[in-house]
Amino acid sequence: MELSGGEIIVQCLKDEGVEHVFGYPGGAVLHIYDAIFKQKDVKHILVRHEQAAGHAADGYARATGKPGVVLVTSGPGATNVVTGIATAFMDSIPMVVLTGQVPTPVIGSDAFQEVDTVGITRPCVKHNFLVKRLEDLAETIKKAFYIATSGRPGPVVVDIPKDVTDPGVKIPYKYPSKVKMRSYNPVVKGHLGQIKKAVKIMMEAERPVFYTGGGVVLDDAAKPLTELVEKLGFPITQTLMGLGAYPGSGKNFLGMLGMHGTYEANMAMHETDVLIAVGARFDDRVTGHVKQFCPDATIIHIDIDPSSISKNVRVDVPIVGPVKQVLRDMLKVVGESDDQPKKQALKQWWEQIEKWRSMDCMKYDRKSKLIKPQHAVEVLHKVTKGEAYVTSDVGQHQMFAAQFYRFDKPRRWINSGGLGTMGFGLPAAMGVQMAFPKAEVAVVTGESSIQMCIQELATCLQYELPIKIILLNNGYMGMVRQWQEFFYESRYSQSGMSVTPDFVKLTESFGHVGMRVDKTKDLEGAMKEAFSLKDRLVFLDVVVDPSENVYPMIAAGKGHHEMYLSPGSELV
Amino acid sequence: MRHIISILLENESGALARVANLFTARGYNIESLTVAPTEDLSLSRMTLVTSGSDEIIEQITKQLNKLIDTVKLVDLTEGSHIEREMMMIKLRAERTQREEIKRLVDIFRGKIIDVTDTSYTVELTGAASKLNAFIEAVDEDLIIEVVRTGPSGIGRGAKGLGL
Repeated sequence: MELSGGEIIVQCLKDEGVEHVFGYPGGAVLHIYDAIFKQKDVKHILVRHEQAAGHAADGYARATGKPGVVLVTSGPGATNVVTGIATAFMDSIPMVVLTGQVPTPVIGSDAFQEVDTVGITRPCVKHNFLVKRLEDLAETIKKAFYIATSGRPGPVVVDIPKDVTDPGVKIPYKYPSKVKMRSYNPVVKGHLGQIKKAVKIMMEAERPVFYTGGGVVLDDAAKPLTELVEKLGFPITQTLMGLGAYPGSGKNFLGMLGMHGTYEANMAMHETDVLIAVGARFDDRVTGHVKQFCPDATIIHIDIDPSSISKNVRVDVPIVGPVKQVLRDMLKVVGESDDQPKKQALKQWWEQIEKWRSMDCMKYDRKSKLIKPQHAVEVLHKVTKGEAYVTSDVGQHQMFAAQFYRFDKPRRWINSGGLGTMGFGLPAAMGVQMAFPKAEVAVVTGESSIQMCIQELATCLQYELPIKIILLNNGYMGMVRQWQEFFYESRYSQSGMSVTPDFVKLTESFGHVGMRVDKTKDLEGAMKEAFSLKDRLVFLDVVVDPSENVYPMIAAGKGHHEMYLSPGSELV
Repeated sequence: MRHIISILLENESGALARVANLFTARGYNIESLTVAPTEDLSLSRMTLVTSGSDEIIEQITKQLNKLIDTVKLVDLTEGSHIEREMMMIKLRAERTQREEIKRLVDIFRGKIIDVTDTSYTVELTGAASKLNAFIEAVDEDLIIEVVRTGPSGIGRGAKGLGL
């Protein structure tokens, strides 16, 4: 089969099993778009801004586990998608981003819509390529998918000059069935000796705790994790990225840990003698002050990426390998072991944890006439029976969603954890809804975040995506305002966001349904009505109490045992 | 502590930039970096001199290993090794100074590779510390120009860093 470069790209995507490509055309990719026009297998979703293409492909990947694919033009097309790439990179999301480039003879001449895409994206990709020869195109795309999806996943950029896709030049096409790279061989199995050593330590633990992260979700390791946790009877806390791997309603779950983690989770971290970290990277939002992190613990760390181990916190038993495989091996070793977990010590440990739990650290005023944002998330949980895919933007609403939507399944909670990208929620939800047309998909957002990619309401109309946008509208960049209240004597510098469009009218102008609710008693009815409109996008503007803050909170530079639990409270 | 890290890299465009980028992005020190193709033209050999605590060096080697273009990597300072750097140094050498400089060059087993009425250009090869010692030994006012390659290194013994 003889194909042109443009046709090769589309054929490669088909052969890779890609069904959806999120993108935006432009001069440098016209040949590729012409090839897309002539076929039906690969569906192209036209976004309204390239940043959204990145986030949509990212959301698609997070929800399905398959790589997200983006296609944009050179220059501004490429620069616009950089935020999407960096977001995926920080959260290790498999993505392949195809960018157009000016023709090879004019590269470096400051040609129209030329940027050094490979240079600009280098620090925020797992790898990137510039394809200079048509003969290299298919193999490079194969490599891109291989690198993006194997080992610790991440985004890969393939920059393709226009002349490489010239419809007038055709070559024989064959998609490589396999690719081997001498310089890239991700680990496929953890070291059994290390696993045995870890199990021995776990069996001797008196105050153990599992601390698990996004790696468990990425490797689809929820099942062996849940099995192991329940078999051992250990408590477990999860990071923002790890929520849902172990069920949020599971009996061993302590809630999220870290800056806005629960009192019981953070106290357990502080007091633990054996910490089992799984697919988590000891991020500063999790550890607090590293000098005070888990002061008494022997630390076991399972991770696919050796550079994650002992990066921020010294680890005692490192296990490099895919989380799922290692956890399975661990289950086997535990099953065959003569040792048993220390029953009596664990009983005391759980009693201590129950004492911490009784602080009820996530309480809020349930009688408030003003809608509390926490309550709004709880109502969302109730109305969707905890089954929805929930995406979010970044800020207070993100934390409320993470704390109060008790995710019971992995891949249901979709948010930008590492980069913290406002504007992520709506386009990410588009990706999820494209992948699962029948599923309930909700965006929990704020009035500031939603404005950053609001143009995508048009994309949602074009592709009939019945997303439900739950806007927790407090008229502020809530998290900025919270920090200013705590640490800048309430000088709310530039964090007010009372001047917004009328979101109901705005939504209607985009052809969707807009609703507003400002009383607690009306909330559940409104939410039910929104979700009853199965085939419509509904934008529910929920006017919430503007003074509400996210608790508990560990102040920057403090340890896990130093939290603010409620307004005006002292550190506990 | 000073470490010499030797890397076998894919000889791809951008591979050098990836290494350099890593050091700036993560705030690591980089004292010198030399790179050239090997006998296998698809591979480059890079020698990189850096310094930092054990934890930082561990991270540096892990991060370098993580680069897709990195084929093999060794921290030469972990074992017995040989380090060589080449320097060309142009010195003011007039009448009375000429004999003195010539003697110094002989002591350091250097070579005078270019001569004018008023200058010598000296070629000197050795460990970085030897080159430093030569510079120390010469009167500062006599130095016109110094060009150094940065060290390259190789492990002692019969074993090599190869595929």
